[in-house]
Amino acid sequence: MLVRLRIRRYDPESDEEARWAEHVVEVEPSSRVLDALLEVQRRHDPSLGFRASCGHGVCGSDAMIINGRSALACKTLIRDAIADSPDDDLATITVEPMRHMPVLRDLIVDQQPFFQRYRAVKPFLVPKDTAPDRERLQTPKEHAEIADATNCILCGACVSACPILGENPRFLGPAAIVQAARFVFDSRDVGLQARREPLDEDNGVWPCANHMACTRACPREIKVTRLINLTKRELGRARDQAEV
Amino acid sequence: MQEHIVDALIVGAGGAGLYAALECGRLARTAVLSKLHPLRSHTGAAQGGIGAALGNVEEDETLWHAFDTVKGGDYLVDQRAAQILAEDAVQAVYDLEHQGLPFSRLPDGRIDQRRFGGHTRDLGRAPVRRACYAADRTGHMILQTLYQQCIKHDVAFYDEFQVVDVLLSEPQGGDAPRCLGVVALELATGDLHAFRAKAVLLATGGWGRIYRITSNAYANTGDGPALLARRGVPLQDMEFVQFHPTGIREIGILITEAVRGEGGVLHNGEGERFMERYAPTLMDLAPRDMVSRAIVNEIRQGRGILGDRSPADFVQLDATPVGAEALKRKLPEIVSLCRTYLGIDPAAEPIPVQPTAHYVMGGIPTDLDGRVVWMPNNGSESYVSGLYAAGECACVSVHGANRLGTNSLVDLVVFGRRAGQHMSGYVAEGPAPSWPTDAAQEVMGRLATLRDRSQRSAHLSATDLRERMQAIMNEAVGVYRRGDELDRAVETLQALRQAYGALEIEDTSKSFNGELLRLLELGNLLDLALITAGSARQRRESRGAHYREDYVERDDDAWLHHTLCWLHGDDLRFGSRSVDTSIWEPVARAY
Ligand SMILES: Cc1cc2nc3c(=O)[nH]c(=O)nc-3n(C[C@H](O)[C@H](O)[C@H](O)COP(=O)(O)OP(=O)(O)OC[C@H]3O[C@@H](n4cnc5c(N)ncnc54)[C@H](O)[C@@H]3O)c2cc1C
Ligand code: SF4
Ligand code: FES
Repeated sequence: MLVRLRIRRYDPESDEEARWAEHVVEVEPSSRVLDALLEVQRRHDPSLGFRASCGHGVCGSDAMIINGRSALACKTLIRDAIADSPDDDLATITVEPMRHMPVLRDLIVDQQPFFQRYRAVKPFLVPKDTAPDRERLQTPKEHAEIADATNCILCGACVSACPILGENPRFLGPAAIVQAARFVFDSRDVGLQARREPLDEDNGVWPCANHMACTRACPREIKVTRLINLTKRELGRARDQAEV
Repeated sequence: MQEHIVDALIVGAGGAGLYAALECGRLARTAVLSKLHPLRSHTGAAQGGIGAALGNVEEDETLWHAFDTVKGGDYLVDQRAAQILAEDAVQAVYDLEHQGLPFSRLPDGRIDQRRFGGHTRDLGRAPVRRACYAADRTGHMILQTLYQQCIKHDVAFYDEFQVVDVLLSEPQGGDAPRCLGVVALELATGDLHAFRAKAVLLATGGWGRIYRITSNAYANTGDGPALLARRGVPLQDMEFVQFHPTGIREIGILITEAVRGEGGVLHNGEGERFMERYAPTLMDLAPRDMVSRAIVNEIRQGRGILGDRSPADFVQLDATPVGAEALKRKLPEIVSLCRTYLGIDPAAEPIPVQPTAHYVMGGIPTDLDGRVVWMPNNGSESYVSGLYAAGECACVSVHGANRLGTNSLVDLVVFGRRAGQHMSGYVAEGPAPSWPTDAAQEVMGRLATLRDRSQRSAHLSATDLRERMQAIMNEAVGVYRRGDELDRAVETLQALRQAYGALEIEDTSKSFNGELLRLLELGNLLDLALITAGSARQRRESRGAHYREDYVERDDDAWLHHTLCWLHGDDLRFGSRSVDTSIWEPVARAY
């Protein structure tokens, strides 16, 4: 079938500001939006810039805004992306770069600031004790506490979707909090103790107002808002204990 | 051009590169260069598990693991290397756990283990539970954990830098050259950077993208081996490409072997569990080469689901015996992949599958410490000083003619670490190489002509060339091979390489010039496709994943040796290296 792609483009060397480009491409309804972009790149305009690698939702390269919603191009099928198009016209899919991240070229954004926030939460195990000869024990129940958060591929879709970041660009953002939660709730880790500083600050976890946009956007179906709330609760507890 | 000086340089930030960086970084000034952000590396796609004889669930021994590896590789495995792989795997898994890797657990808190193809108890008697796993995202967790450790230890990264050449000194007489460093293109700016280094390790991953149907990422273009081949380094065992039996039909996305490890079975068009006929003992858990051949054979006999004997035909993987609860808990990614790309629930409906190009057993020949082998025409073996390789791009060789599932992740960690350790010792002693002033000029010239090609006219586009290469590889250098078909493949690939020389490039901008990068990658793919087809053509026997319909037997008298292939301009030359069979005498392989 034929679909029209409307792509937000920007070339720092030749464009004063971002512009729209349109291409009509041949794809299957069961193809991915990524296939449509590849088709543009391969047969229409090789200069179209976007990142992609694994092609099936595990590397986190191709988060972008598709029809207004943050999503992975490789995990969004054409038939779903055109579901809302009116029947009488050529189905159109609109593609834009993620929000809250500077655009470098076309759909490629600068993720440096995003990864800086990730680094700020100490995203590595800070072990409670010295390691035994064999594995540390962790029961399936303890493991289940972190399973959801370990799913995160740092694609940035949640950050792009977050309405709070529009008002307060200094908010730590959902992805970094998910990464913090991955360790805070790990039975093998010292937890909050090592990570209070970035989390328990004005721009740490607190600006989140439960819009749930991150949870809806997450291509890994992580319960992002829930993890933020659990982290808040844990911080609250730590505060209470400090006061006692 | 910007110049950088480091002691140790690691190219590639998948499992192998990151482990080497952690190890080497303890003692030496180390930098990691990667064309993808490290977390985007294809190690993150690995699903099923990492094999180690922990014996947590059932009795197991490292010796059995080593034996399975050798037998699985159809005796083309270097046996001492397999022994190291199996022995070091155990500590490697504990180390990963200590670094925080969230393995799936047994009720008592120890690491759970599951079955995988070709892994057996007591030298082949029955399947054994050897694969440690983190649901079905084991690779994702390994990549994340190693990257986390790199952050903790403050490893220096150059993200989105694509290496476009590896510089070696001119070999003097019979002496091996030494590695001087690399030239890389910074994607964001289009600037060239020269990295001068005492030692360089290549960990650039596989090149499944030479095929049309593959489980590999777009970035898996074999850059490291291709660059070295053009610098006179031979590539080893390139004819051995693993086709994983269960790729999603047509799109090639992987359905992990763990589905069969947890009880899933394959059915043909007649609803028959056909693996019973091919491998009576291990059945669906026979090694991948055998299962893939069985599938293609069923299809050719008209017993596929369509029954039309066409290359588009397929079989079904029935995951319903696993049960909805276990699927959700142990294989959630697979459930999600099936839902997203097929619109089915694997707990209720069979998954349509066909073999998909998955893993390259061959690559850059190395010793047990990752040192890259140099062998001029007179045949005496030495090493390129200061040059290392590890991971899928290297050939140690622990996978021989067919890799067992879960052994690649072990390979990354075990040999990534060994290479990193050796490298840190090497740079502590060695002086910095002198850097010829014109070393990088040539590369600059080459890139300038590429960027400048808009004037030239070409009949074919890069897209045409890539599609033709992938089509011929799928047709003629696949699960089954035949001399005349391989002749056709070599001829076609040579013609495509000629056409490549005249390709034009439209985009002349600097920042994120994807067209230029893809063109460079296509050049690498074409060279590796040619070497693969050529190596397959010269090996006139069937062994492991390399099956010749015109030479159906394994022939140890004539062919129990590694293939070496040199690329001399447009010519391929072949030689051999002996296989270490010091522990087990090669015998016929049956399961
Ligand atoms: C879908 C799938 C599932 C798998 N499941 C399993 C499993 O369950 N168990 C198992 O043992 N194995 C599995 N494998 C195999 C295993 O995952 C791979 O062999 C392994 O991860 C390769 O790791 P690597 O470090 O060698 O390379 P990769 O992880 O591919 O990393 C390559 C790195 O090199 C960089 N690079 C490449 N070219 C350049 C260049 N020119 N310049 C700079 N950087 C460059 C890339 O950016 C990347 O960082 C699976 C493979 C696939 C495809
Ligand atoms: S939480 Fe989800 S949306 Fe956010 S970065 Fe992680 S995977 Fe992406
Ligand atoms: S390309 Fe890897 S997540 Fe989409």
